[in-house]
Amino acid sequence: MDELLFQLVFFIYIAATAGFIVHLVSLRKGVEKIAFYILAAGFCLHTVAIIFRWIMEKHAPLVSFHDTFSFLSWAIALAFLLFQAGHNVKALGAFVSPVITIMLAAGLMHPRQVLPLPPALKSLWLPVHASICLISYALLTLAFCIAIMYLIQERQIKQKKLGAIFRRLPSLETLDVMSERCLKIGFPLLTLGIITGSMWAESAWGSYWSWDPKETWSLITWFLYAALLHQRLTVGWRGRKSAYMTIIGYVTLLFTFIGVTYLLPGAHSYAL
Amino acid sequence: MPSDINNKLNILLLGVNHKTAPVEIREKLALRETNPPALKLFHELPACMEVVFLSTCNRVEVIVGTNDIERARDQILEVWQSRSGITDNEFSECTYEYRGIEAVRHVFRVAASLDSMVVGEPQILGQLKDAYRNASEEGCSGHILNKLMHKAFSTAKRIRTETRIASQAVSISYAAVELAKKIFGDLRGKSALMVGAGEMAELAAQHLKTNGIERLIVANRTLERAMELASSLDGEAVSLAELEDVLVDADIVISSTGAPGLVITKDQVKRIMRPRRHRLLFFIDIAVPRDIDPRVNDIDNVYLFDIDELKEVVEENKAERQKEALRAERIVESEVIKFKSWMQSLDIIPIIKKLQEKAENVRQKELRRTLKNLKGLSDKERQAVEKLSQSLVNKILHDPIIFLKKGSRDKDKDDVLAMVCRIFALNGAGETISFENYMKEKNKLEGRCSSKQAN
Repeated sequence: MDELLFQLVFFIYIAATAGFIVHLVSLRKGVEKIAFYILAAGFCLHTVAIIFRWIMEKHAPLVSFHDTFSFLSWAIALAFLLFQAGHNVKALGAFVSPVITIMLAAGLMHPRQVLPLPPALKSLWLPVHASICLISYALLTLAFCIAIMYLIQERQIKQKKLGAIFRRLPSLETLDVMSERCLKIGFPLLTLGIITGSMWAESAWGSYWSWDPKETWSLITWFLYAALLHQRLTVGWRGRKSAYMTIIGYVTLLFTFIGVTYLLPGAHSYAL
Repeated sequence: MPSDINNKLNILLLGVNHKTAPVEIREKLALRETNPPALKLFHELPACMEVVFLSTCNRVEVIVGTNDIERARDQILEVWQSRSGITDNEFSECTYEYRGIEAVRHVFRVAASLDSMVVGEPQILGQLKDAYRNASEEGCSGHILNKLMHKAFSTAKRIRTETRIASQAVSISYAAVELAKKIFGDLRGKSALMVGAGEMAELAAQHLKTNGIERLIVANRTLERAMELASSLDGEAVSLAELEDVLVDADIVISSTGAPGLVITKDQVKRIMRPRRHRLLFFIDIAVPRDIDPRVNDIDNVYLFDIDELKEVVEENKAERQKEALRAERIVESEVIKFKSWMQSLDIIPIIKKLQEKAENVRQKELRRTLKNLKGLSDKERQAVEKLSQSLVNKILHDPIIFLKKGSRDKDKDDVLAMVCRIFALNGAGETISFENYMKEKNKLEGRCSSKQAN
């Protein structure tokens, strides 16, 4: 039942992605709005699926990769929907919706069995720490997508290729400002995620920080984003440099989220 | 059938535009000084029942609704030529003439700005609307031109929404503003710096101003000229020596000095990026030789377009417009076809009326005769007889009327109409409708039309 729901959501997300891409190519009026509503519908169903999972697992569905990927996909959709409702950055949907779809697909590719939770992790900290982290990832995903758009548009203008892509993407400054907005919310949440994680570690294992690979890599990620924001706010870094840093930060983030668990076993590796 | 053509209301258009006539002739033909004004002048001509007079800086056109094209044409040409005072030769060389559906197509193309000097420019639609408003206020427009103008406006609107004919800048200064919008998004709150005081720079500065630029700084070799220009553009003036200081504040720089060498170097721009906190900087270099080091474009967050690159943008946009213009022509064609069938249906309405009248006359006459002979009928029986005659007439006429309505769209429509008239002996053999009848019909329709407008 839950699997069926997830698959349905997945197909709805594919439909929304197709809609956004059709709009980007054809610029047909109304298509973007329809795609937006399709995505919103998918999001609502996704919410139901997650609640369903929660009831089934009897703890927050934020442990296995199946569930964390799904939750990340859900959080990106949420962030995107709220963000677009406020700012309406044109063409953003065509860049974000594929990521939403891929994240959910990645979740569905992982085994969906509910494994017994180690007793050390049975705590209120689980939903708090994991959801804060994943929501911060979602905002940093948005920043990443916007940075990609910025680099494409920047290249068009620098090289004076003012063709179809140039006309379809928003202005440089809009993209820069929007990316900063995502960072400014995403980064504090990432910080909060790390703090709650270390408090949870203290209550579960008796030490705030044990240099487990996941911890080390989140710290590296955190430093990268901190450096980026610091440069933006003090020296006024922006544009291409900032976009590259946003992308590097995001790649590190993805490694922290996925790579560490697969490649560097540690306290977090149960998440497989 | 010449008599047929002479009798029905048709559209005639005479005019000159930027392609056929030089500006001196266009000015004369615009008849700005005549009394009564040109519109009235043409409307007073006996053959011109409806007139719209369009006069813009690129074209002068007289659009008339008439029942006698040849006469209207001769009358217009005579008055127009004598009033404008240009020679026979000049006049016949530069005027063009469209009749009927050709005139409709031309008006649609003009309204959609497909016949403009700059294809897609938006002013012409407004000018045509003004010309029409003027004509209808003066009572010079009527049934057929009302319809023509409304259709022209809706076609133009359709083209504007369905094609991208007007979506791209086709002049250098507009292209510069479009680019600035793609870099900064909103131009409100931004500041622009003009280096040098060239005419094109001034134009671009004006466009920037109308797009919300908050602050405008003019830097010039001679401070006097800078102040002059600054006051006319409502900006601030500085001398060239202060250039580097004001570059820190500027977002858009338009350079157009006559200097032989570079005015802004790469090192200079590199130096100011830090104090300006790496804010985006857009250089527009429209000077020849160039004022700004082209390598400036390599600096992060700095964008430079020189005159050749802007020209290229404009050329690309023009090519794009041409492509869109083709799509627009197709839309015009489909609207012309719709209009054509409306114009043709105009011809058959009087015939249908005549047919019905004739049948009704016959019915009344025969009914009277019959009822006279049949005495002692009850009221109910009388009504039954009347009803019988009525439905006989309706049933018999039903197919011919359908046939007329369908036939009005055929190529050999005139033959069809003539045939129907002959079969039912309407107005003698083959002659369709008399002018008086036509006018009666037309006036009736007009009444309907104008009441619709009032709503």
